[in-house]
Order: sequence, then structure tokens, then C-alpha cells
Amino acid sequence: MAEAPAKNYEILPKVSEAGEPIGELLEISMGPHHPSTHGVFRMDVVLDGEKVVKLKPVFGYLHRNHEKIGENISYLASIPYTDRLDYLCSMTNNWAYVLSVEKLTGLGVPERAEYIRVIMAELTRLQNHTCLVGFFAQDMGALGTPLMYAFREREKILDLFESVSGARMMCNYMRFGGVRCDVTSEWLAQTKELVDGYNKFLDEFEALLTANEILLARTQGVGVLPRELAVNAGITGPMLRAAGVNYDLRKVDKYGIYSRFDFKVPLGEHGDIYDRYMVRVLEMRESLKILQQALRDIPSGPVMDPKAKLRGLRPKAGEVYGRIESPKGELGFYLISDGSPNPYRYRVRPPSFINLTILEDMCLGHRISDAVVILGSVDIVLGEVDR
Amino acid sequence: MIDEGLRSELQKQGVYTTTLEELYNWGRANSVWPLTFGLACCAIEMIAASMSRFDLARFGAEVFRPSPRQADLMIVAGTVTKKMAPLVVRLYNQMPEPKYVIAMGACAISGGPFKQGYNVLKGIDRYLPVDVMIPGCPPRPEALIHAIMTLQEKILKQKLTGPDRPRHLKADAPSEFPVPAYGEHDLEPPNNPAIWQPPATKR
Amino acid sequence: MEPPEQIKARLATAVPGAKIDVLPNDCPAGERSLLVDAAHVFAVAKFLRDDPQLRLDFCSNVTGVDWPDTVIKSKVKKTVVVEGVESQVEETIETLRSGYLEVVYHVYSMELKQGPVVLRQRTANRDPGAPAVSLTPLWRACEFQEREVYDLYGIRLEGHPDLRRILMWDEFKGFPMRRDYVAPDDYEYEPTPHDEVLAEAKKHYSPEVKA
Repeated sequence: MAEAPAKNYEILPKVSEAGEPIGELLEISMGPHHPSTHGVFRMDVVLDGEKVVKLKPVFGYLHRNHEKIGENISYLASIPYTDRLDYLCSMTNNWAYVLSVEKLTGLGVPERAEYIRVIMAELTRLQNHTCLVGFFAQDMGALGTPLMYAFREREKILDLFESVSGARMMCNYMRFGGVRCDVTSEWLAQTKELVDGYNKFLDEFEALLTANEILLARTQGVGVLPRELAVNAGITGPMLRAAGVNYDLRKVDKYGIYSRFDFKVPLGEHGDIYDRYMVRVLEMRESLKILQQALRDIPSGPVMDPKAKLRGLRPKAGEVYGRIESPKGELGFYLISDGSPNPYRYRVRPPSFINLTILEDMCLGHRISDAVVILGSVDIVLGEVDR
Repeated sequence: MIDEGLRSELQKQGVYTTTLEELYNWGRANSVWPLTFGLACCAIEMIAASMSRFDLARFGAEVFRPSPRQADLMIVAGTVTKKMAPLVVRLYNQMPEPKYVIAMGACAISGGPFKQGYNVLKGIDRYLPVDVMIPGCPPRPEALIHAIMTLQEKILKQKLTGPDRPRHLKADAPSEFPVPAYGEHDLEPPNNPAIWQPPATKR
Repeated sequence: MEPPEQIKARLATAVPGAKIDVLPNDCPAGERSLLVDAAHVFAVAKFLRDDPQLRLDFCSNVTGVDWPDTVIKSKVKKTVVVEGVESQVEETIETLRSGYLEVVYHVYSMELKQGPVVLRQRTANRDPGAPAVSLTPLWRACEFQEREVYDLYGIRLEGHPDLRRILMWDEFKGFPMRRDYVAPDDYEYEPTPHDEVLAEAKKHYSPEVKA
């Protein structure tokens, strides 16, 4: 009954250029269950002492055939499944999908709904980056303290999501042509209170981390991603901007009403882990600016066109690719419609999956403990990588 | 047993009497150490349950052990896919007795919203004996706390001798279960017949 | 951003001999795509990436699509002589379009902030392992996505540095996202089945329940 557990390491001979054996390389399989991997993600690493010589990521442990399910159910029924893609940021996933269907069918969105969407997306960005900094600090050994602070703030944002949509994480809030239900003025007042106090929380959070010796020593110069490689490898999101490329879909595509808000896009210089951390912290502060402007300017009005058809939506035959700037990168949906109530092809372009392409390039030559921190800075969520 | 009046008198004097069974179960129930085993979205609610707002530490489940050799409880939080199932069973085999499994969320109980899938295992109870199941997608952290409390009640009621004693005290009950292998289209075997029989449908 | 017809015209001089079609897209989104034949798709993609007016350096999305054999019905008016009287009759002609697999690329430009250009290539048939050309040597972003296309559709992308399964386990046989894939049968217990699930579940019912 009890079989010998399979060894998850192998020892390979190391040979010099002349072909003589000069040592041993160790091949380890890290994961899929490991205290530091963000979900069920496995890395096959070949080590020379402590330095990484080869690294191959292996995933698929959470492949839930989201795309096949999308082909078998209607357009409206896919919205709850999009919540579960990047399960930390359900509002932005919803928006990306709903935007693609609105591009496919030409539906318009009322003003108030656009403002509400921006508010929800920026709140999502805040809580995602806060959690990410918490997890990233935990990977470096700060066992739990930054994560406790991060989750304390996240709970306040989740309370806001719960009071408007009914669920903390899987909100299922956006619809084609608007949002599901309106927000009250008390909700807007509570959000304003949270936003006004958030800068102080960020100062408190940064006081623990930004000038911290250990963080600086472990992250500066580690995991450098050069600009050209980042662009060629299709990296998007804070990782790309930390490498110095100014490409933020909120400024490039100007989807929704982002062109009305005044905010900057933080860029990094070196492309190392510290730059990615700082870009995310600065993005949080820019999100707060957007939130303050949106909360000040939100008009009254309907949030949904009463004549918009949700059930039994049959778009004309055609195809569309819609994309938004999710907290992790460019989240896109490619839909092919053939006139029937279900999509013919439903494809998710996952930012975390594509950001993992250069994981090996960034980790080569560093130590195994750096590989863990580099993975933490890429910010992956397995629900999105595997779909 | 002992007279309750006498017992309370003695307690006022600082003398506590109990049975070995109660003491043993009390110690085990109030210090269940979970294994850090989050698979998907439910893992985030599990982490939120251990954070400062919901605080699982009050129930003794504070230390989430990364190594299965040091853990008592495996909270299967999230969808178990067929690619992941052999590893879940292997980790369970590595845990020392007495060990418990909580299936958290709809996906771990029966496949959940992703049930119609070529890669989704329709419930972890096909391969492992599950003690508590928490419905929800994802269940709130309060639901996870309720599940830990239910598990604690279950442990407190266990008897040390007799035919209905728990599995870890029976010499012939298995504590390790066979690990499924990757087949060409499905796992082999698709379920473990010793543990899981499809419930009979009466229509 | 140049319209697809203009790109096609410039490609006629830059990559001579390439067979390019601009496919229509009638919905309000209207992103029309360039269908290129397999022999020239690499050269066309290289031109799109390096041309100074386009500079499409960011390959955003690589998708596989399965188009099985379909019967296309078209109505044709014919003049028929019936008993000396001419009349117009509508006839339905059915043509069989044989199936193929398709790989669709969405490319954008990060330098010039423009895009998208949609590039498509098709295989000759739907056999497992049907070959197509990999664009990973041009855009590293295609690396994992093309592996996924191979894993889920069975299109063998030649030129890919490391083509193996990525989401399913290595011993798996079959290509799950194809339209004709049959999932393994594990419907032994279904509490509230209906439609196709009910049909599958009935196979497992014991004889007295079925009757």
C-alpha cells in the first residue's frame, strides 16, 4: 500500500569545457506545493551549488478549462467565470470581458456607470498592489507582518465591494451596457473616507519597507529585465513599466473615461525587483488621485440602459479583441461570434501567463532564494495562468 | 464516573479531575495545525481567515505548517484538477496520523462551477476521506472558522476504545491511500472504490 | 494606423509572392485580419515587426481556433423553363468547406502606440499534428502561447524552440479544445442533472432506476 515517494531531486554530473567531470549539479522540483510559490506553480531548477543554471516553469495544475466552458454557455453566463480568473481582481476581469462584448455589439454605457467602473477598477488596483507587496515581503522572510497590515486594509475595500455587489471577492458586478446596480451616496461617502485615509496607511506601510536594509540588499540589482527583452516577450503591466517602457493601456487605448482623469504613469530605470516594488507603490498613489477625481465628479443618472438585452444576447457574426489594464498587465478577451447565443471561440489573454516567459532569463546566475523573490515580484495568480 | 457535585467542589479547591479520553481529545482539538495548502481562490479566503480581522489563531490553528510532516489538518481550498490530484494524495500520505481533511469550497467538494471539465476532479473525496465540507464559492472566513469548530467538536467526541474509535487507533485501517497515476485521458483509477462510492440515485 | 488594404499593398512589394487576403468582419468592432499562406507568413511577420512605419514589436495574443467541416448553404436564382414558360427559381446549393485549424495573432506597436494588426495562418486540414509556422523567433511573447495552441489544438508549430505540452500532463493524449473532443466519462453521481449532463448520467444509473 505505501509506495516509496518519488524523489523530487536528481543529481547531474557537471563537466568542464574539456569534458572532465568537475562537480555535480542538483536538479530540484520546487513546487507545486511550496510555502513561497503563489499558488500551484512548479519550477524545475538546476542548481550549481546555490546558483541557478536552468529554470523551467511547469504549470497547468489549475487548468479548469475556462475557455471550453465559455464556448458552451451564453455570453451573460460567462461573467461569473471571469471573476475566478484572476481571483484577487474580480472587478477588472469583469470589465475586460464586458468591454469586449460591448465592442462586439456596439452597446453604449451611461456616464454614471463609467464613473462607477473606474472607481471599482482603481479600488481593485489598490487592494491588489497592497496584497502583492504583503506577499512579496513574506517571500523575503518578513513572516506575516506586512501581510497583516495589507490584509487589514484589504478588508475595508472588500467591505465596500460586498455592500454593493453582495460578495467579497467574486463580485460579478459589471454587465453589458453598465453595471448591475447603483451605488448609494452613503457608499460614496464611505469610499471617500477610505481614499482620504489611504495615503496615511501607505506612508505607514512604506516606513517599514522602502528604506529597509534587507529589502534593499535583496532586491536592488536582482532579477534585471532589459527593455528590449521586455517588449519582445510581451510583458505588460508594472513589470514593463519598471523596465522603463511607457505603455499603460489607460493612457494608450483610453478605454472607458480614463482620458478625463489627470494621473501620471510611474516608470522605473533599472528593471530590477526594487523598481517593480516602487512602481507598484507609486501606482497606488496615482490610483488614489484618480479615485479622488472620480468621486468628486461622478454625475447622477441611470447605470444601465433599460433596453439593453442581456439574456439571449446574439451578437452579429464577427470577432473582437478587447483589452484593459488590469493590475497585473494587459488582460484581453478575444471573442469570435457566429450569431448564436454562445461564443464560437472565447479566449482570455492572461497577463500572468505571458509575464512568466522571461522568468528563466531573470533568474539565471542568481541564487535559489533570489528566484523565489523574483517570482514574487512577477505577480502571478494561477487562476489566470492556467485558466 | 465522578459525581458532578464532588467535581465542582474539588475544582473550587484547585483540583481538577478528568478522564484520559477528555484530556487527550482536548489537547488535540485545541491545537490543530493546518497545512498551507491553498490551490485557488478559496486559498485567499483561508489567508484572510488567518489574518487580523477573522483571526484563526484564537482556535489554536495559528501555525500553518509548510511541511506535511508537521501538520494535522489539510484544508483543501480550491479546485483540485486531475493534474494536481496525485500530488494531493501524496501529500496526505506524508502527513502523520491523526490527520484530518477539510474540503473547502464547492470545487473541493464536488468540482464546483468547473464541473464539466476534462481536467477537473469532481471532488477530492474521490481519493481521500474528508471530515468536514464547507460549501460556498468562496466560503466566507466565518464559514471556515465554523468548519474548524465543527472539526473540534468531532475530535472532542472521539472515543479511545471500542469499535468506533478513530482511524489512527485501529491497527488495520489504512493511513495511506494509493496515489492515482496519469493515464492517457483520465486518472487511473478515476476514483478510489474503497473510499468513495457514487451515492445511489433514487428517482 | 494604416488600414489593412494599405498594409497588403505595401506587402505586395516587400514580400513578393505572398498570398494575402483581407478577411471581412461585419460586427461594430470591425477589426479585419490578414490571412497569409504558410510559406510567407514568417517573412510577412518580420516585415510588420521591422518596418519603420509600423514597428509592430509587441505580440499581444496568440489564439488557436478550430473550424470543423461545415456545409455552406447558398441560394442561387436560376431561370427554368417549365412548360414553355420561363420562371425564376431559387435553388439552394450546398458546398462542403473542409475543416482547418487556424492560429490568430494580434500585434501592436509599443513604440508608436498603434495597432492592432490581426494576422492569421491556416493549416491544410484538421489532422493531429497538422503543421503551421511558429513566430516565436520573431516575438518571444509567442513562446508559451504557441505551446498552449499545440497542447490544446494539436497544431505542430515548426520553428518553435521547445514545443511540448504546457497545461495538460505529458502522458495525456488528445487535444481538448477541439470541437469534437469527448471528455472522459466521470458522471457517476449528478444531483440535479439536465440536458446533456442528464444524458451522460443516465448511462450510470442502475437498471431499476432506468426502468
